[in-house]
Amino acid sequence: MNIIEEGESPLFMDPDPDNARRFFRGKPRAMTDKRMTEKESVDKFIPDGCYLAIGGFGANRIPTAILHEILRARRRNLGFLGHTSTHDFQLLCAGNCLKKVDVAYIIGLEARGLSPNARRVMESGDVEVCEWTNYALCVRLRAAAEGVSFGIARNMLGTDTLKMSGAKVIECPFTGKPFVALPAVWPDVAVIHVHESDIYGNCHIRGISVADLELARAAKRVIITAERLVDGYAIRINPTRTVIPFYLVDAVVEVPFGSYPGNMAYEYFSDEEHLAQWLKAEKDPGEFQKFLDKYIYNVSSFEEYLELCGGIKKLKELRKLEALVDK
Amino acid sequence: MMTAAYNKMEMMICTAARFLEDGTTVAVGTGAPCAAAMLAQKVNAPNLVIIFEAGGLAPLLPQMPISVGDSRTFFRGIMAAGMNEMMTTCCRGMVDYAFLGGAQIDKFGNINSTVIGDYHKPKVRFPGSGGANDFASFCWQTMIIAVHNQTRFVEKVDFITSPGYLTGPGSRETAGLPAGTGPYKIITDLAVMGFHPESKEMMVESIHQGVELQDVLQNTGFRPIISESVKTTPPPSDTEIKILREEVDPCKYIIGRK
Repeated sequence: MNIIEEGESPLFMDPDPDNARRFFRGKPRAMTDKRMTEKESVDKFIPDGCYLAIGGFGANRIPTAILHEILRARRRNLGFLGHTSTHDFQLLCAGNCLKKVDVAYIIGLEARGLSPNARRVMESGDVEVCEWTNYALCVRLRAAAEGVSFGIARNMLGTDTLKMSGAKVIECPFTGKPFVALPAVWPDVAVIHVHESDIYGNCHIRGISVADLELARAAKRVIITAERLVDGYAIRINPTRTVIPFYLVDAVVEVPFGSYPGNMAYEYFSDEEHLAQWLKAEKDPGEFQKFLDKYIYNVSSFEEYLELCGGIKKLKELRKLEALVDK
Repeated sequence: MMTAAYNKMEMMICTAARFLEDGTTVAVGTGAPCAAAMLAQKVNAPNLVIIFEAGGLAPLLPQMPISVGDSRTFFRGIMAAGMNEMMTTCCRGMVDYAFLGGAQIDKFGNINSTVIGDYHKPKVRFPGSGGANDFASFCWQTMIIAVHNQTRFVEKVDFITSPGYLTGPGSRETAGLPAGTGPYKIITDLAVMGFHPESKEMMVESIHQGVELQDVLQNTGFRPIISESVKTTPPPSDTEIKILREEVDPCKYIIGRK
């Protein structure tokens, strides 16, 4: 095949589908009770040096409890799929957990601004990066889910984003036109927060799915955190709603308000006050360390964090905001 | 009739809104682009379909979203899908406009939102493409809303994150980008700029009321083409300002920005 151009950054993950298939051949298919705690799931499935992907969209439907647990477990040298990341990336930078990042969107917090600490980390030169785009990472996950070594798109062409990526421009065998070949990526582990799951990992998501359907099918291991656990019958009564089936899932962790301080569609809005505190604390590294001790390192559980942030009173307010009760 | 007093942000949003035709599709981010699309829906383009990259399609936006993936982006929407659905709609050629921003923009409309300085030792690291490169590649007409100054409008961007006309006429097509796509309008607090049909260089098309051509040139880091028929940008109407303030952004999240 004629390669017209190629990006100069290294691929962090092996794009060979047969190696992935060998892994998936051994992945258990039994419908067993996969419930465990946040800590157990991190101990078991998120070792130092693994390549991690987070579901949701930055500060929307994110698995905050697992991210906190990764920090408390002092995980180091992680690879990270940086698609649509915001508060999740801010957390992983706060814990100095990252070594390699496939970048589509990092550091930024959308309309909230930019994370000063994540910026310090990424400007230090200690973290290896490879550039992509949100759609490019979506295509890479889709290719992995399809069991092929690359996907095809027409983005990135002509830009430095391509030059600093690990993509290759190839000539189409049918039209002769240039297309971008985007290598499949099978993350070692994905963590996805959902509205409902049964004990086996059959999941419902309400609202947008972002790239989580592709992600759940590409990742070798999947940890689900769920707002609530439901009986298996709640799944079987409406199979149309199942978006992630159990055989993709390795751990199920029940975490009510698990996307806090992020938004969870139809449940609670984001806590803008707390997210603003993060930004403020990050300006001074000393202050930030105290802030992290208070909210993460000296906290033993996600419930305790929720209490620290205002507990049920705050959560009731965020539920009203989400439902637009007073509007 | 007296025209209402308005600030620069309001001017940019009202001007941008007028470029959105009825019955079209637009991909937007948070902030000014979203405000422009909401205003257009209420004034000149009631059937404008707003698309959010995380999966929200055609919401009845109850307020300004904070994130392109928050629950407002599919509030009473037509569909709550995912990124693949929205991006492949762009890939197929069914999205007419995209609104982008950036730290640097050059005369061919190339955008930098990745790094300032050397890539390997950046002076400043920015978020990267996000979905911007995708939109700039696939949507038919890309628009940029940005404050006009010499730091932003530069002869050459440090890093091309998202493609404009790259190095000039024909270069998008040579690179393999879909034919007939590219930057359309740049809306700043001083002027509206388009692109010369042949050279694909940025061209001043209209200048806002109270602004001199000299102001535009002094705030642009390269010499833009001046259209032979350069006009005064029509100021926002009372109706536009009223709707913008009362219905689109009553909390002044965007129009209150300095």
